[in-house]
Amino acid sequence: MAEAVTQIKVPVPPPELQRVPLVQNNRSFGWISDRVSAITEGKAPKWWWAAFIPSFGFMCLLGAMLIYQITTGVAVWGNHHPTMWGWDIINFVWWIGIGHAGTLISAILFLLRQRWRTAVNRAAEAMTIFAVMCAGIFPAMHVGRVWFDWWLFPIPTSNALWPQFRSPLMWDVFAVSTYFTVSVLFWYTGLVPDLATMRDRAKTKIKQFIYGLFALGWTGSNRNWSNYEKAYLILAGLSTPLVLSVHSIVSLDFAVSQLPGWHTTIFPPYFVAGAIFSGFGMVLTLLIPLRSMCKLEDIITMRHIDVMCKVTLATGSIVGYAYIMELFIAWYSGSLFERFAFINRAMGPYWWGYWLMFCCNVFVPQLFWFKKIRNHLAIVFILSILVNVGMWFERFVIVVISLHREFLPSNWGYFAPTWVDICTFLGTFGLFFTMFLLFMRFLPMIAVSEVKGVTPQADPHHPLAKGNGGNH
Amino acid sequence: MDTSAKPFGLLAEFDNTTDVLHAAEKVRDAGFRKWDVYMPFPIHGMDRAMGLKNSKVGWFAFLGGLTGYATGMVMIWWMNAIDYPILIGGKPMFSPYGAFPPSYELTILFGAFGSLFGMLFLNRLPRLHHPLLKHKRFALATHDKFFVVIETADPKYSETETRKLLEAAGSTRIEMVVE
Repeated sequence: MAEAVTQIKVPVPPPELQRVPLVQNNRSFGWISDRVSAITEGKAPKWWWAAFIPSFGFMCLLGAMLIYQITTGVAVWGNHHPTMWGWDIINFVWWIGIGHAGTLISAILFLLRQRWRTAVNRAAEAMTIFAVMCAGIFPAMHVGRVWFDWWLFPIPTSNALWPQFRSPLMWDVFAVSTYFTVSVLFWYTGLVPDLATMRDRAKTKIKQFIYGLFALGWTGSNRNWSNYEKAYLILAGLSTPLVLSVHSIVSLDFAVSQLPGWHTTIFPPYFVAGAIFSGFGMVLTLLIPLRSMCKLEDIITMRHIDVMCKVTLATGSIVGYAYIMELFIAWYSGSLFERFAFINRAMGPYWWGYWLMFCCNVFVPQLFWFKKIRNHLAIVFILSILVNVGMWFERFVIVVISLHREFLPSNWGYFAPTWVDICTFLGTFGLFFTMFLLFMRFLPMIAVSEVKGVTPQADPHHPLAKGNGGNH
Repeated sequence: MDTSAKPFGLLAEFDNTTDVLHAAEKVRDAGFRKWDVYMPFPIHGMDRAMGLKNSKVGWFAFLGGLTGYATGMVMIWWMNAIDYPILIGGKPMFSPYGAFPPSYELTILFGAFGSLFGMLFLNRLPRLHHPLLKHKRFALATHDKFFVVIETADPKYSETETRKLLEAAGSTRIEMVVE
């Protein structure tokens, strides 16, 4: 029976019509778990330490800055009248936007049956969690008296007062904390079978115990897989509306106010597109060096890079459309204040911020139309960084430029960051990279079981399934 | 191996997905109840080969989501309109529109917990001990091998007949696992 299956003559399409396989060089199942686990086994390579030590240093800088801010007061930042939101909210929106690509890859591409996502989803989800951690620091700190942060949650207090749920800032608390929690649940659910792989490979008792504890006694039984796959599908189905709502709600923090430049209906979709755009920029920035450092070229192939560049191009074009539509509406609305706000963006004292944003977010991603550029790793790496520079300046334009010119000219001012602003922002990079480097040393950074599932020999009806599949 | 230990079941090893899928079909057709297939990744079509029904995790997620939405709406209504009403900018004390975003987020939050905990409950996880996890060779079930295990507790189990069935299904290696 089974032999007959392999004998069926399938017409082989010409090479230009054949799909590039997701895992190159016909790698076997064993090769995949060996290669991915190798990153966590043995001594840490020199480049890891070279990246970890400065990251850890910057994380300590973050701690020092936060202690200084808490003990001295929120005025150590450059936020002064009229720019009461400065780098804190810029950085918050920027970091949380970066997280969105991870959820898009893990949830939306899963629902769309984009099988290439398996190679990058674990690392991208880790990126989401660490980016949301960095993001969460800023709103928690910018309230000034951080020891009252818990008033944001509906906990009974001796004041007998409850949070005020008609404010978008309250919605934001629920959106961001739900986003973080669900991202962690989704990530952990995906990790369980791979933690079992790590447990079964572990050489020392301690590793066996710790991985075993978190693997929850997973055996890989099909009765378990059946429930597991359903749970994973539902988590993907829940994360999809979640990720679309989080940045929409973040944008409502601005859009619900009356300020020209903020009070626009285009904000929710434009924020979501921008978030995914910047997140893909960060995924590319992280994975291009990692795939060669960790020798994962057969798993994260050039096709993966190519597809991610195309997503960056698509979302970048939506962002470009939104910028132009904002300018059009400012003119078309006939509102003097609206029109002034946008002329001031492009030609006011912060003109350089606006044009830096425009170049990085509108012109730079258009280069991804060219296959030559998508296939050139060094150029893609540089462009991916420019994308995030541009997205940071987008939030700068929205927050600072809108605030520094109020309705009353007597309220006008010019915002400049302080050294504490700059060091706190640099410190969040330290936190992000420290967490990411620890993640890749202790957990499988590729979803091992999922990648095995997309190889040709995983399909019982594929000719490669029996016998001749996979060189070792 | 300690022969005095209680036997748990027959462990049959397979090298590839095709063989293990056909073996599962044979075991299903032979009418076994207490058996399972162990594999490093879910094989497409295995649920049908084993004759499994659709998973019930969806109900847990649905109930979780429903609880989340109701919690959000009732909590906001009670806090802002009943227990301590605060008038903000002439807005109504309670409006389902203003209460929607937090309730929506709680729907997703509770739904996600329902889905994860529902899955763990249906799978009887976490568990600290499983007879198979003590077996040396079984460690490959999370690496690159596939196993069919028929438990001795199954009413149709017979030492010789079951072994013959698994051999005929094309297993490369059959062993007895103890508790």
